[in-house]
Amino acid sequence: MTARVGGSPNRVGGIGRVTGGQAYVADIHLPGELHAKLVTLPVAHARVLGIDAAAARAVPGVHLVMSAADLPAPMPRFGPQYRDRPVLADGEITYHGQPVAAVAAESRDAAEAAAALVTVRYEELPAVTSVAAALAPGAPLVQDPSLRPGDPLAGTNVLREHRVGWGDVDSTPADVVVEGTWTFPMVTHFAIEPHAFIAAPDDGGIAVWSTIQHPNWLQRIIAGLTGLPLSRVRVFAPDPGGGFGGKQHAKYEPLVALMALRAGRPVRLVLSLEETFLAVRRAAAEVHVRTGLRLDGTLCFQDVRADYLIGAYVDIADRVVGKGSYLAAGPYRMPSARVVARPILSHTVPSTAFRGFGNPQVNWAVESNLDEAALRLGIDRLEIRLMNLARKGEAFIPWDTPADGDWAQVVRRAAELVGWDRPAVRGRGRGIAVGIKSGPTTGLSYSTVRLLADGSVVVYAGTSDMGQGARTVLAQIAGDELGAPLDWVTVVMGDTAVVPYDQQTSASRSTVLMGNAVLAACRDIQARLRAIAARVHGVDEAAIRVERGVAVLPDREIPIRELLGPGLGRLGGELIGVGETRLDAAPEHPLGGAPAFFEFNCTAIEAEVDEATGDVTLTRHVTVSDVGKAINPLQVRMQDEGAAIQGLGHTLMEHYILDDAGRIRNLGAIDYRIPTSMDLPVEMVSDFVENEDGPGPYGSKGMSEGALLCVSAAVAGAVRDAAGIRIRDLPLTPERVWRALRERDRDDSGAASGSEEHTEDDA
Amino acid sequence: MTAPGETRVAIELTVNGRGRAVEVAAHHTLLEVLRDDLALTGTKECCLVGECGACTVSLDGRIVDSCLVLAVEADGGSVTTVEGLADGARLSRLQQAFLDRGAAQCGFCIPGQLMAAQDLLDRIADPTVAEVQEGLAGNLCRCAGYEQIVGAVLAAAGHADDTLLNGPASDPDAAR
Repeated sequence: MTARVGGSPNRVGGIGRVTGGQAYVADIHLPGELHAKLVTLPVAHARVLGIDAAAARAVPGVHLVMSAADLPAPMPRFGPQYRDRPVLADGEITYHGQPVAAVAAESRDAAEAAAALVTVRYEELPAVTSVAAALAPGAPLVQDPSLRPGDPLAGTNVLREHRVGWGDVDSTPADVVVEGTWTFPMVTHFAIEPHAFIAAPDDGGIAVWSTIQHPNWLQRIIAGLTGLPLSRVRVFAPDPGGGFGGKQHAKYEPLVALMALRAGRPVRLVLSLEETFLAVRRAAAEVHVRTGLRLDGTLCFQDVRADYLIGAYVDIADRVVGKGSYLAAGPYRMPSARVVARPILSHTVPSTAFRGFGNPQVNWAVESNLDEAALRLGIDRLEIRLMNLARKGEAFIPWDTPADGDWAQVVRRAAELVGWDRPAVRGRGRGIAVGIKSGPTTGLSYSTVRLLADGSVVVYAGTSDMGQGARTVLAQIAGDELGAPLDWVTVVMGDTAVVPYDQQTSASRSTVLMGNAVLAACRDIQARLRAIAARVHGVDEAAIRVERGVAVLPDREIPIRELLGPGLGRLGGELIGVGETRLDAAPEHPLGGAPAFFEFNCTAIEAEVDEATGDVTLTRHVTVSDVGKAINPLQVRMQDEGAAIQGLGHTLMEHYILDDAGRIRNLGAIDYRIPTSMDLPVEMVSDFVENEDGPGPYGSKGMSEGALLCVSAAVAGAVRDAAGIRIRDLPLTPERVWRALRERDRDDSGAASGSEEHTEDDA
Repeated sequence: MTAPGETRVAIELTVNGRGRAVEVAAHHTLLEVLRDDLALTGTKECCLVGECGACTVSLDGRIVDSCLVLAVEADGGSVTTVEGLADGARLSRLQQAFLDRGAAQCGFCIPGQLMAAQDLLDRIADPTVAEVQEGLAGNLCRCAGYEQIVGAVLAAAGHADDTLLNGPASDPDAAR
């Protein structure tokens, strides 16, 4: 199968995925392994008074029961931003699901039986599980102020205040100001592969297998906690069975590693789906928006206040809030903007990265608010976006990377595909919204590529292929450049002892950053091939080009594979190329670095609302992204469609339900619904724009998060258009829609409920 | 390893055409026995409540969530797992369609999807889009590659309109 860039060959690693041969972490077994089980309490906040593990230790086969008392004091803590998360609860439970102890036994049955016999005496304490409760005067502090020394906010539940803006919102004139508050629920990643971890003593060092997206980051965390040098911490990261951000950062690897070192044997921990709900989620948010406009629809200012409800430990949530809210003013020409975003600590599961990284929450609010403004001004909702959209090259944030794509082209294409210029069928409504997300702001990716004597290729890349298809894309780049068919290319990933450093697999970076590193490694090899061709054929090196699989000599083209035999000589051997992509930090930039690219998407929806049941049916879902260049068009479609459907989850059905004590009541697959094959839009239309204007190989840009960003606003816009109801809280469950329909019917005017009371004139 | 108070029962299964005698814990599910006792790890574990479909296998000609079937209930039964779909190295028509159509992304749900889809095709040779969507409704895919999965099932059935969902497979060289 050819590796040509721009084609859609079968997935590299695809055969293992359709035969059951693909080994995920839970499929790996080590000799002598122990099975671990976590001990948790049915509370969100409690003081731990005592732990009695005698009965658990007496269970045959139990090898180890670990709690805070078995760990060094002070309790080892870790986290990607703040070192705040304890390996095990340290005298206090601060969220439902926090492990207070863990058992390791010869079998899973024994571990589970013993975990149930660990007796924990505790005193339940009041829990704060909402923004209002966390900010109330006298609210219990979620984190001990000693964890944040020197922080003036340490005596509150506000972790930080992120402020970004330009111009002076308060003195910017506007004809109308449209204002509203919008909420976004807690949702969870629900990768079909629950997180799994194995750790084993490794000849004085340690080996860790994890479903992790960032093996090198995990290696650093484990080295820090164990005092081992990086070279003695070997992280294996088999392809995760779905990540979506929930597998970016260390969760229970430190615990399992310390248990394995203590036991002197391998320890494995495979979470249940319910336990993943208690380990990872997206931040909920309450977003207040004031949008100022002129009567002709020209935007004057955007004033956004966003409170994100994060969990008891920060994980990467502070970055999610800072980066996710940074583009809250949207991809628009905006004279002035003010964005204040706060991560609010609460006694809930620590929120972490999740596809879209903080952007979907503010996008829902800002794009919905713009819809209300358009309706208020009597301007078409497509038109108001097109007239304000930043043009390519325009600095829509005064100091930042200018608009890097023809975004209007994307919007026009989406409008065309949904048939915006034609009236909708009776009973149906339409919505349209745009989404923008900052790509990576720093990055470092290395790759080594080996061109073997027979012309086959081995690529080493520390990216994680969690389904997005990075392995295939990188194989296409190397195969195309070095002239090898796709099945002659092997991509080695997920072993920190073998594969060179990669910072992380996130922010839709891998095609651009790792792709460029692989391309640079191939160029390195091509430079050697030029010298070889010059020597073997007696031609001046300057007269030779090597590209896309061939050496181009003045009088002929020679496939690379044919050059290798004579070039390498009697001993054979191979050519080794190295590549590096570095995206340096810029400390003065609000995000610590300028975005390498923007992900831009336009989503247009046609929907109908069942007046009797409140059920929303999408008759057409159009998603169009600016991808620069589709290295693998089929994978681009799959990623965009998958992101679009994932966006339908939090838009229409997904949300955690907490009881008054802060316990999650809908853990697991029965009570928490994600989209199935029966919940799809009647028609899904995905398309992309390719202007080869991105910073990645062949002009590519990062993609795969874009199609999720603005789904909610587009769907809610279609519901409003179809049924005349405006709902400001996600998800748009049938019950919520039904209630809004009844409210509408009670309203004599028939106007959209809630829209007027949130609107005020002038500023 | 025998856990406290555990009863062990000898059962016989035919798994992917091969007779297997195995002593199982009475409370263990077919899923646990397949994965842990028989090392057939292609069948996946996720929700354990019969909602996600990752553990779907065929038992005596009908598909079951193997997390909801006790292994002793399957005694004497014939089980087909994802490992039993290919003929040696030759993929089944359905597996090949999944591969060609890009139906597998992260791949974790795919063994269950394949088993459910094969069952559907065994019952309905030429299903409609709606029939495929309904037939796979019990198999969650969080990558949400449903368009490609449904397209693959239709392609395996030789459905005339299978390009409707995915468009024709692209010709890489033509696209260069």
